[in-house]
Amino acid sequence: MATDRFQGHDYYLMDELLTEEHKLIRSSVRDWVKKEVSPIVEDACQKAEFPKQWIKGLAEIGAFGPYIPEEYGGGGLDQIAYGLIMQELERGDSGLRSTASVQSSLVMYPIYTYGSEEQRKKYLPKLASGEMMGCFGLTEPDHGSNPNGMVSNIKDKGDHFILNGAKMWISNAPFADIAVVWAKDEQGIIRGMIVERGMKGFSTPETHGKWSLRASATGELVFDNVIVPKENILPNVKGLKGPLGCLNSARYGISWGVIGAAMDCYDSALRYSKERIQFGKPIGGFQLQQKKLAEMITEITKAQLLTWRLGVLKNEGRATPAQISMAKRNNVNMALQIAREARQIHGGMGITGEFPIMRHMMNLESVITYEGTHDIHLLITGMDVTGIAAFE
Amino acid sequence: MKILVCISHVPDTTAKIIFTPDNKEFVSQGVTFIINPYDEIALARAIELTDGGKGTVTAINIGDISTEPTIRKALAIGATDAIRVNAAPRDGYFVAAQIAQIAKQNNYDIILCGRESSDHNGASVPSMIAEMLGVPAISSAKKLDVEGTNANLEREIEGGKEMVSTSFPFVAGASEGMAEPKIPNMRGIMSARTKPLTVVEPVDAPELSKIVSYDKPVSRSSVKMIAQEDAGKLWDMIREEKKII
Repeated sequence: MATDRFQGHDYYLMDELLTEEHKLIRSSVRDWVKKEVSPIVEDACQKAEFPKQWIKGLAEIGAFGPYIPEEYGGGGLDQIAYGLIMQELERGDSGLRSTASVQSSLVMYPIYTYGSEEQRKKYLPKLASGEMMGCFGLTEPDHGSNPNGMVSNIKDKGDHFILNGAKMWISNAPFADIAVVWAKDEQGIIRGMIVERGMKGFSTPETHGKWSLRASATGELVFDNVIVPKENILPNVKGLKGPLGCLNSARYGISWGVIGAAMDCYDSALRYSKERIQFGKPIGGFQLQQKKLAEMITEITKAQLLTWRLGVLKNEGRATPAQISMAKRNNVNMALQIAREARQIHGGMGITGEFPIMRHMMNLESVITYEGTHDIHLLITGMDVTGIAAFE
Repeated sequence: MKILVCISHVPDTTAKIIFTPDNKEFVSQGVTFIINPYDEIALARAIELTDGGKGTVTAINIGDISTEPTIRKALAIGATDAIRVNAAPRDGYFVAAQIAQIAKQNNYDIILCGRESSDHNGASVPSMIAEMLGVPAISSAKKLDVEGTNANLEREIEGGKEMVSTSFPFVAGASEGMAEPKIPNMRGIMSARTKPLTVVEPVDAPELSKIVSYDKPVSRSSVKMIAQEDAGKLWDMIREEKKII
């Protein structure tokens, strides 16, 4: 990819709503992405490889558990700082952000929120430093939007459980050291547990042939009579609210992250429209291109305002799952539409790896589906305003 | 080893530069400020030299309270502590006088600056500090190594390199190559919250120069095409219109 000339876009002077520390965190992550990610991300995607050297860098910039308290190795930061980190990572690549999202919101968050003190001390510092990587097992081959129908199960054998089942579309699975897994007990109640690589009967085959999130490793989790010690069960949650709590945190991060992808597409399209000459003038001087660009910055600005407000509510412990669904749905769709329009502004060049557009667009096709599909989030809003669930 | 690193608070190198209608002042509203890129190199080398408990790095800036985020970034990158001289940096002499005053009080072994600041590009402060302190000045240093209380520096000169040796204390202006600028990590950002940032009032210094006005370079005009049959007019255009010859 050509030199990363990205500049942030702040049409409504949103920076005035951020602290100096927020801005320092954002600029540090942006600098790291420009230095370590942009030069190799295109090649990594073409080869469908996750560059392992990113793990150390992600840990150093605080992308693993930024809001986990410092005593457990986290950053002790607020939710807006977490959002800004996700924004800058996804500006680089959605796959990179996915790796950090999973580690923070789907592995560290449940261990911190639902785990015992022993579990917190055992796992969180290593997860924060990147010494240990984690993944999250909820989705199953036949249960995506309906996780409550899961068939993965545990059977009580006195001092341990026996876990059977399979999970799929699991980010980080191929290299994860631990997996936070959700399975039903003999009473049909969903329980969370920490499964460690090396446990007999636990395997993580990699998913190949993706056209999206190619710089992120995806795989399955297969459990064939895995012996899970009882001390690996997350003691402080039972039922679907366990995994949904994690998803709330991850979806919140996604709602910020995709603004990064959208800004990268807009930034590239805006620059290209001023440099590309057709009919004797820059194509940015033509009305049809201006319409695209004007709508892009309008949508980005709306998304920025939405996430900032959501961040404030989350800091106050007042953000509802339905509010998070609205932001995730709106912002991912916004970013995907912007990627498609930006591709058009770049003309044929937009399909090449010289520009980040097509990579973002393909990544966003996953992001609009994972962590609650575009349609399911709409139905969550529908249920929230009518009081009637349409998906049950 | 005690190192003082001088930090300028400058507009981002990609910022749009606008002046007031009378061309007397830079309009800073809406502009992002950064650590002067050459100062970042100096800071990075100072941190490398003192790494592992081999010394301390103090960052100094001459500026009002608006420069504190820039100073905090220097602390996040790894400076031990910082000093802000509470005054607008009105010219190079004034800035050098403030730094020299602080240096006299604290006996630094090395005073590192960027070779110049990316806003006014004066490149005069390092030499002036050295003159005020009566110590050696090494400008545009691309390399700096320390052995005991001696330092070996490398300067780029026309067509080659110049190797310079000096002993503590001295002042050097850092150039590209001395070190790779460092990106603050999360631990650094968190520890910067509590690192000491001392604010001191300026000493008097005469105003030896004054910026009268600014002028932006004339924007590049578009390419003028000449028809093949008019190629002979090219000479006249170069001579009469552009007055190049």
